Amino acid sequence: MSDIINLTLSALINKIKKKELSSQEITNAYIARAEKSKDLNTYITTDFENAIKKAKKFDEKGNFDYKLPGVPIAIKDLFCTNNLKTTAGSKILSNFIPSYESTVTQHLWDEGAILLGKLNCDEFAMGSSNETSFFGNVESPVGKRVVPGGSSGGSASALAAKLTPTTIGTDTGGSIRQPASFTGTVGLKPTYGSCSRYGIVAFASSLDQAGPMTQDVSDAALMLDVISKYDTKDSTSVNFKRGDYFKSLSSNIKGKKIGIPKEYRVDGMPREIESLWQDGITLLKKLGAKIIDISLPHTKYALPAYYIVAPAEASSNLARYDGVKYGYRSEGESLISMYENTRSEGFGDEVKRRIMIGTYVLSSGYYDAYYLKAQKIRRLIKNDFDEAYKSVDAILTPSTPSSAFKIGDKTDDPVSMYLNDIFTVPVNLSGLPAISIPAGKDKNNYPLGLQLIGKAFEEQNLLDISYSMERELSFKNNLQDWWIK
Amino acid sequence: MSKNKEYLIKRGNSEYEVIIGLEVHAQVLSKSKLFSDSPTNFGAEPNTQVSLVDAAFPGMLPVINEFCIKQAVKTGIGLNAAINKKSIFDRKNYFYADLPQGYQISQYKDPIVGEGSILLDLPDGEKKVGIERLHLEQDAGKSIHDIDPQNTLVDLNRSGVALMEIVSKPDLRSPEEVNLYIKKLRSIMRYLGTCDGNMQEGSLRADVNVSIRKTGEKKLGTRCEIKNVNSIKFMQMAIEYEANRQADILEEGGSIDQETRLFDTKKNETRSMRSKEDAHDYRYFPDPDLLPLELTDDFISKIKKEIPELPDEKKKRFVDKFKLTPYEANILVSDIETSKYFEDVIKNSDIKLATNWITGELFALLNDRNLEISQSPISSINLSSLINLIKDGTISGKIAKTVFEIMANESKDPKSIIDEKGLKQQSDPKEIEKIVNDVIKENPKNVELFKSGKDKLFGFFVGQVMKKTDGKANPKLVNDILKKKLN
Repeated sequence: MSDIINLTLSALINKIKKKELSSQEITNAYIARAEKSKDLNTYITTDFENAIKKAKKFDEKGNFDYKLPGVPIAIKDLFCTNNLKTTAGSKILSNFIPSYESTVTQHLWDEGAILLGKLNCDEFAMGSSNETSFFGNVESPVGKRVVPGGSSGGSASALAAKLTPTTIGTDTGGSIRQPASFTGTVGLKPTYGSCSRYGIVAFASSLDQAGPMTQDVSDAALMLDVISKYDTKDSTSVNFKRGDYFKSLSSNIKGKKIGIPKEYRVDGMPREIESLWQDGITLLKKLGAKIIDISLPHTKYALPAYYIVAPAEASSNLARYDGVKYGYRSEGESLISMYENTRSEGFGDEVKRRIMIGTYVLSSGYYDAYYLKAQKIRRLIKNDFDEAYKSVDAILTPSTPSSAFKIGDKTDDPVSMYLNDIFTVPVNLSGLPAISIPAGKDKNNYPLGLQLIGKAFEEQNLLDISYSMERELSFKNNLQDWWIK
Repeated sequence: MSKNKEYLIKRGNSEYEVIIGLEVHAQVLSKSKLFSDSPTNFGAEPNTQVSLVDAAFPGMLPVINEFCIKQAVKTGIGLNAAINKKSIFDRKNYFYADLPQGYQISQYKDPIVGEGSILLDLPDGEKKVGIERLHLEQDAGKSIHDIDPQNTLVDLNRSGVALMEIVSKPDLRSPEEVNLYIKKLRSIMRYLGTCDGNMQEGSLRADVNVSIRKTGEKKLGTRCEIKNVNSIKFMQMAIEYEANRQADILEEGGSIDQETRLFDTKKNETRSMRSKEDAHDYRYFPDPDLLPLELTDDFISKIKKEIPELPDEKKKRFVDKFKLTPYEANILVSDIETSKYFEDVIKNSDIKLATNWITGELFALLNDRNLEISQSPISSINLSSLINLIKDGTISGKIAKTVFEIMANESKDPKSIIDEKGLKQQSDPKEIEKIVNDVIKENPKNVELFKSGKDKLFGFFVGQVMKKTDGKANPKLVNDILKKKLN
C-alpha cells in the first residue's frame, strides 16, 4: 500500500495501463490512508462508498485509453459536484447539494477519474491559511499546528499527505500557488480563460481560475491536458489552441530568457527566501537560461488594487446567498430581517469583512476613488508585464514572502495575512499563468516555493522551465506521517 | 404647435407647462431569455420556465443570447438611433426576494443604442421626440403576496427575460402626446417584430417622469418618477393627477421633492414610494462574467438589410402612391397587420372604397367584437370582392352593408351571399321603369303635389321604388328614370 501512495500521478497511470495495479487497489489505498489522517481535517465531504463502486466498475469494463483511467481524486469543495454536497467551506452552503457538475470536474470524470470527496478550503476561497473555513482549519502535514496555506489548503494538505494522487484547486490571488509553496507541492494557475469557471462557486469572477495541484511538474502538465478546454458556458473562456502539454514537456531551456523583477525584493523578506531565489537564478543559469534584470514598477500597488477588485466582485457574487432559494436560512419577521439573520449567521468574519469592503468601494461617491482607480492600476500592472515580456520569456520570483506559519499566528491581523499574497496577486490581476514549484526549505524544514510567471496562454513554456528546474532541485518533503492514527 | 392646442395646468393667473419623459420597458420578442436558454412563454405554470442560471445557483454563469442583441440593434435602427459598437453589461446590485442573483444585469454607462428619435403625428403636424438611449437588461421574477396569508411566494418564470429600456428625452408635453408616443413606439417595434407590445401581459410598461414649469420658463422643474405604469390610460391619468398635484404645491408656495411615486389605479392618485434620500445605491459595476459586447459593422449592416418598411415610410408611400390623406394613411399604417390587410384588399379593388370600408365598417366591427385585424371574420379577399361588386354595380352601397353584416357572421364570400339571398341589384332600366310607372300610378296625389313644386317628395318616390324592390334597385337608375317620368 505504501508503494501506491508514493507514486506520482503519471507513474500510477502507467501501472494501471499495464494492469499492474487496479483502480480498486489504488482507491482503497487512498481511502485507507484518509481514514487514518482525519486529524488533518482535509475532507469536508467524503464519497468513499461511491468511489469504491466506481473503481470496481472501472476495473470491470473501464477504458484504459483515458488520460486518468480509474484514478481516484479528491477536489477542492468549491467545485459543484452533481449529487454531492458542495459547501465552499461556508455554513451558508453547508446543506447545498448541486444537481449539476462543474465543467472542470466533468472533464476529470470524462477521462476516467473517480471522485474521492470534497476538500476543505477557506470560506468562499477567502483566506491564505485555511483558517476561515466553517468546517475548521486544516493542518499541514509538514508540521504540527502549521497552516497549509489557502485558500486551497485542504487540497494542498491532502496532496502533500498523500491522501490523493493529485487535486484541483482554484486561484484568485494565489490560492493554488501559496498552499503549494507551503506544502512542498506543485501548483499551477493557468491563464485566465483556460479552464472554465462554469460550476465553480464564484469568489471574484475576473480573477478566479481553476488549476492543478500535483506532486511534480509532469503531473501538472498531464492534468492541464485534461482540464484546460474551451467552454461556451463560460463567456470568459478563451478559444485558443491548447498544447499537448504532457507529451511536449521538454527539459531543454537553453537560451530562454528569464526576468528577475527588482520590485519583488520587498522589505523584511527573510534571508532564506532571498537565498532560495538566488539559488533559483543560479540554477537557471546552469541550465543554459539567460538571466535578465527587469522592472515591474507598479508591483507595490498590486496588493491594494487586488483587495479592492476582489472584494468588490465578491460582494456582488455573494449576494445570491440570501436564504430564499437554497442553502442556509434563518427565519425572520420580515424579508429584511430574514436576510440579515441568514447572512450574519451564514457567513464567517472574513467573508463579512470582504463583503463590507466590496460594498464600500462600489458605493456612489467612492466608486471612482477606489474601484475605478484599482481597475486603472490593474491595467498598469498588466502593461508592466507586457513590457517585460518584450525582453524575457518568463519571470522568476519567490512564491511567497515567507514560509508556512502556525495556526492562529495571523488570524488577528488581516493585513499581515493579506501580505502573503504579495507575489501572487499581480499574476491574477494580469490574467497570466504562473506555477509554484518546491525549491527548498526554511530553518524549520518547512517547504519553500519558487514562482515562474509566463506569457498569456504559454503554459508549455512555463512547464518546460519548471520541469528542467525540478529535475535538478530533486526536492523531497520527507514527511514523518506524524498525523497518522 | 399652435397656442390653443397646448396642454396647460392653470392655477389663478399662472399657467404651467407639463414636461414628461418616459422610460419604457419593452420585453424583447425572443424564444429564450437574455442570458439563458429557458423559454419565455407567458402564462406558464409558476417556476416552470427557470434554469439554474435564472435561479442564480452557485457557479452558474450568464451567456448572452445573440438573438436578443439583434433585436435590440434592430429596434435601435427603427428608432433612427446610433448603434454603439461597444457596450457593457453592468450589475445593478440590490436585494429582493424575486431577484435571485442579488443583482440585475443591465447596461449603465455604455448602452447598446444611443440617441435617436420618434416622429409623432399630431393633428396639426409632426413632432419629433428625442430618444436618449436604449439598453438591454434582465427582468426580475414576480413576488406574489396574496395567495398565502403567511408567506410571499416567488415565481421566477420572468427572471432573466430580456427587456429593452427605451428612455425618451423630456420632450413630451401632454397626456395625449404620451398616448401617441407609446402607440408609435409600439407600432415601430411590432413592424420590426422586436416586441409584441402587449400591455396586458406586461410586455410593455413605463416609468413616467413628470415635472412642471411656468409657461415661458426655460429651466426644468423638479421631477417625480411614477413607477411601472402598465397601460396608456393609466399613464395619462397618472400624469394628469401628478401635474395637478405639483401645481397645487407650487401655487401654495411649496417646492417639489424629487421622489419615486406609485400610481394607485383604484384611487386614481399617485403616492410617494421613496424619496431621493432613500434611493437605492445600486453599486453599478461592469459584470465580470461578461466581456464587453462588441458588434462588427458586418453584423449591424446585415440587420439593417432586414429592416422592413416602417410606419413613417409606409405612410409617405400611401399618401404619394395611393393618394390617401395623411390622416387616412396614419390610421392604416399604425398597425402593420392593418397595413398588410389594406394592401391585400387594394390589389384588386378600388383604393378609395377600400380605405372607406376598412376605416369605417371593418374597424367598427373589429372594435365592436374586440378583435385584432388578424382575427377579422372578413378576409381581405372577401372584402376586396365586396368592393368590386359595389364598383361594378352588382349591388348598391346600401345592400353592401347588409352583405357585409352577413359576411361578418358567416365568413362567406359576398357573391354567394348575394346569390343565396337574391340581393343582386336591379339594373335593368326596363324593369325599373315598370316599377316607377306603378309607383306613379299608385300615388296620383303626390305626383300632383310634386309637380306643383313640392320637390322634397322626390325622396318619397325613390323610397317607394326601393320598397317594391326590397332595396335592390340601382339607385342611380331609379333617380334618372324618376326624374324623367315626373318632369
